[in-house]
Amino acid sequence: MQSIAKRSLAIGSALATITTSGAFADLQFDMTPGVTEISQQVFDMHRTMLWWCVAIGVVVFGAMFYSMIKHRKSKGYKASQFHESTAVEVVWTIVPFIILILMAIPATKVLIEMNDTRDSALTVKITGSQWKWHYEYLEWEGKGSPGVDYYSVLSTPSEEIMRPIRASGLFPKNTAQDSYRPDGQYPAQNELYKQDVDKPLVIPTGRKVRFLITSDDVIHSWWVPDFAVKRDAIPGFINELWTQVPEGKEGIYRGQCAELCGKDHAFMPVVVDARSPEEFEQWLADAREAQQAEALAAASSLDKTFTKDELMAEGEKAYLARCSACHQANGQGLPPTFPSLVGSAIATGPVADHIDIVNNGKNAMPGFSAMLTPKEIAAIVTYERNAWGNTPSDGVDVVQPRDVAK
Amino acid sequence: MGEHHGPMKGVKRWILATNHKDIGAMYLWFSFIMFLTGGFLAMIIRAELMYPGLQLVDPNFFNQMTTTHGLIMVFGAVMPAFVGLANYMVPLMIGAPDMALPRLNNWSFWILPFAFSLLIIAIIQSFLGIADAPNFGWTFYAPLSTKYGPASTDFFIFSVHLMGISSIMGAVNVIVTIFNLRAPGMTLMKMPLFVWTWLITAFLLIAVMPVLAGAVTMMLTDRHFGTSFFDAAGGGDPVLFQHIFWFFGHPEVYIMILPAFGIVSAIIPTFARKPLFGYASMVYATASIAFLSFVVWAHHMFTVGLPLAGNLFYMYMTMLIAVPTGVKVFNWVATMWRGSISFEVPMMFAIAFVILFTIGGFSGLMLAITPVDQQYHDTYFVVAHFHYVLVSGAVFSIIAGVYYWLPKWTGRMYNVGLAKLHFWSSLIFVNLLFFPMHFVGLAGMPRRYSDYSLQFADFNWWISIGGFGFGLSQLILLWILIDICFRKKGEAVSDQVWDGADGLEWTLPSPAPYHSFSTPPVVK
Repeated sequence: MQSIAKRSLAIGSALATITTSGAFADLQFDMTPGVTEISQQVFDMHRTMLWWCVAIGVVVFGAMFYSMIKHRKSKGYKASQFHESTAVEVVWTIVPFIILILMAIPATKVLIEMNDTRDSALTVKITGSQWKWHYEYLEWEGKGSPGVDYYSVLSTPSEEIMRPIRASGLFPKNTAQDSYRPDGQYPAQNELYKQDVDKPLVIPTGRKVRFLITSDDVIHSWWVPDFAVKRDAIPGFINELWTQVPEGKEGIYRGQCAELCGKDHAFMPVVVDARSPEEFEQWLADAREAQQAEALAAASSLDKTFTKDELMAEGEKAYLARCSACHQANGQGLPPTFPSLVGSAIATGPVADHIDIVNNGKNAMPGFSAMLTPKEIAAIVTYERNAWGNTPSDGVDVVQPRDVAK
Repeated sequence: MGEHHGPMKGVKRWILATNHKDIGAMYLWFSFIMFLTGGFLAMIIRAELMYPGLQLVDPNFFNQMTTTHGLIMVFGAVMPAFVGLANYMVPLMIGAPDMALPRLNNWSFWILPFAFSLLIIAIIQSFLGIADAPNFGWTFYAPLSTKYGPASTDFFIFSVHLMGISSIMGAVNVIVTIFNLRAPGMTLMKMPLFVWTWLITAFLLIAVMPVLAGAVTMMLTDRHFGTSFFDAAGGGDPVLFQHIFWFFGHPEVYIMILPAFGIVSAIIPTFARKPLFGYASMVYATASIAFLSFVVWAHHMFTVGLPLAGNLFYMYMTMLIAVPTGVKVFNWVATMWRGSISFEVPMMFAIAFVILFTIGGFSGLMLAITPVDQQYHDTYFVVAHFHYVLVSGAVFSIIAGVYYWLPKWTGRMYNVGLAKLHFWSSLIFVNLLFFPMHFVGLAGMPRRYSDYSLQFADFNWWISIGGFGFGLSQLILLWILIDICFRKKGEAVSDQVWDGADGLEWTLPSPAPYHSFSTPPVVK
């Protein structure tokens, strides 16, 4: 017995060395305690549950292994023939029941707290859509709508994501051939790989923030582990939840979409930038100004006439950012779900139909008129009508912002 | 044994089969082929997830792999394997000549190849780059599967309809057989536990398969006939879909585990040489679990925004399941306690089942706690949980059952050395595959991700290695089965086969005669 004890001690310390050595130092084995009061309580409850399970496991598996070692036929152990004991059976029905009640009490308390969305300082509406988040500030400190809203999209460049090992690209539709590198030297993935967005959600610390969550298409789920906040974004429903990041915990918090929402489910991260209330106020004012300036620029673009080159350049940029996830950088799409635009009836047909589909969407494709400026849409339409060898059958190869806004 | 006729010759024996052993064998082979097929799809998933970034498959195809893997494993591998075992073993265990409804039995099996052909045609089209296979997860949540589903969703819908018809007929047959064909003296409370668990499972099947059929029918009319059951824009409700699906789905997970309890309750007493501890409480625990399975479905939906009272109710009910499940585990341990234990291959799998299933039960208990579940929900922690209960739980129990009864079926002992190798490599790799999933899940990796951020990379590499290892290990089982079934290798065994085995099946010759009990045995 002593040798077994010694050996298991040795194994234990060896394991401890491995797990604390450099190789494992940056591995996360457990849930984050997060930064909010709620996330801390959730974490504590998780740990308590875990230790209960470990304790029960030690008793049950201990008895099993003891029996497997001691009560062996090969050791000549003779089987007893007992097969019931009401007392024992009652005990192991009642005791777990009591343990469960002990677990349920704190869980109920925390759940009630998580559902209390009253007295919030800021309300933000979050709308999920394939595959981005839309944030709209509805109410700040009883002063009504600040008039700020924007989309938040993955900012990791596709060169870091697409690393096909075959020249023909990714199986089975041979996508991403353009990304293939015969030497296998793909650009390094930076440490925020797949976790960064163009514009994070900005919230104040020290204030209760209420979120209203919904979706434009399929079900998504907005999750920030550091806040212990996860709620589904469901079309036709508005879900309510809240968080409060304590003052002094300013910083960037990252999460992801947690409900399967189609092809790029893995590519719609959530980033929250928590700032002190003063900085948040400042940011909000700046954002409102910038948004108004953008609206003015969009309105004035309607009177301007851009050259084909200008539109093509902007169009390519916007196309790669907004359209290529489905229609692919080479325009060939992933038929039949995501049609090809190369020589297609829409991209080379009557311009009015083309503009209509980009503005208003069709089937699974969302409309972009609310998301993009008329100039961007004009640029995208122009780009699609000329790129990849496309030639418009109606001869309209340049579209101006005013054509789009009609 | 006065056999008045034997099996038909050639392929007709199988197509026109009405014999419970022939049909049971076909069910088992069918499920094993599906197990390897679903496993192959899992290998594609693990290959893509070996490194961050997209190296092999397009994300849409990845989603088709996770979807079809889940559907094939649940409906094609685990469920038919249990039906196969029921077909083969229930008549032997209750002293009946055959199943009560042999032609129904034939039909319920022969529907399955057609049902799965529909799914497999869809996936082959996808491999060839012609059309997308279903890509919305095995839970097929609306509206991803309705408005946004690919054309092959209709193949999926009809496939599920067929599977449902097959399951219901199989369940009817089991119930009728158990209620009518028991040997004289075999009262309900004398039935082997495998028969009991299957009886309860059969009632679960009859209760919930029509609900699943209803769900897919509503999908079908939403997709093609202008209804809006699940479309908010038409006044419908996407959350309604989840309620309906999980009202089927939660009893479904017990359909996949209750017969496993029965198998393990047969094996452990045999190799502990001691009667099952707490037989009556085992029966009551199984019935309680089955009853509770109807009132816990919304614990799959703790993040959809149910009212507080709803979340609390489903949390309490779910926690309650730990009580009867605990009783079962304690009873198995008490059965082993002060037994005279030996470690033959079925016992090795049964012990691994008890330990690993219990680990899956622990994570299940943790998942029951609503506030904490909101962190676990839809992460790899959940993936780890249900693979512990389904792979090292249900699948291990099926393998244990096969190793336990195979000598009775064939009259020969399989290659024990290879079977032990199969056990150890399965045991090591299944844990390498699924244990680190707890870690990546807790650290924040959502499930159904075709790509992940860098902090999850190391564990995912190990998980993939575990996956390939576990997949390859199953080829050992394939070889063992070919060796004994087709190459007719192995030494002849006695009627008793295992010295500690108890039950009517061991009173028959090995291999068991084509017609099981022509004269009913009398049970005292």
